Amino acid sequence: MSLAINLEVKKDVLCIRLSGELDHHTAEELREKSSKLIESENIKHIILNLEELGFMDSSGLGVILGRYKQIKQKHGEMVVCAISPAVNRLFEMSGLFKIIRLEPSEENALQRLGVA
Amino acid sequence: MRNEMNIQFSSLSQNESFARVTVASFIAQLDPTMDELTEIKTVVSEAVTNAIIHGYENKPNGIVYISVVMDEDGYIDMTIRDEGIGIGDVEEARQPLYTSKPELERSGMGFTIMENFMDEVEVSSHPGTGTTVRLKKHLTNSKALCN
Repeated sequence: MSLAINLEVKKDVLCIRLSGELDHHTAEELREKSSKLIESENIKHIILNLEELGFMDSSGLGVILGRYKQIKQKHGEMVVCAISPAVNRLFEMSGLFKIIRLEPSEENALQRLGVA
Repeated sequence: MRNEMNIQFSSLSQNESFARVTVASFIAQLDPTMDELTEIKTVVSEAVTNAIIHGYENKPNGIVYISVVMDEDGYIDMTIRDEGIGIGDVEEARQPLYTSKPELERSGMGFTIMENFMDEVEVSSHPGTGTTVRLKKHLTNSKALCN
């Protein structure tokens, strides 16, 4: 099981949709692809749609935190949506909800960032 | 009845998935809940990732050893071992958000997750000889068959 990464740019928002498993092995590709796009497309905000994500560990937290730091420099915002109870536990444990906003769906997240 | 399995594999990141799926398949015999299975997969992934990134410093020629012992009452005892560089200060390494490799975008949450998901976490390590992580859990919801 690997990770499928779907990236879509909507104005200054990058939608990252993940399906499969996010671990140390697959985190590297996500880091490379998304951080390149954030710079080249002048991205300010990120929506992370984890609806199809079957597994994540602390390496996933690391790569998410890395992207948060990248857009924080541009005073952007990160919104995560459609997360599973397991991923929710990891976010709570690591305090990520203090800096990343949670929305129930991608539509809500898009509205929140004003690009719906 | 005591049931044991042992695997060893190269310190390659693609084996992280192999390791957690293999351990989860073995433990599935105890009929764990989905939550328990996720917890097992996550902690195995954390310990194996630590062995690969920190123990063997991402070099592919190391070997990671996993041993799992369980019984029909739902007691699981997992040992994940490497023969890598070891940890100088285990107490420091176990602190939440601590990482020795911030440049690699590590969250520093590995040991914290292991402690949260398991009943017991023991780490023994010596610089130069490697690290052994022992993880114990009792599957409280286990509907283990006594045959």
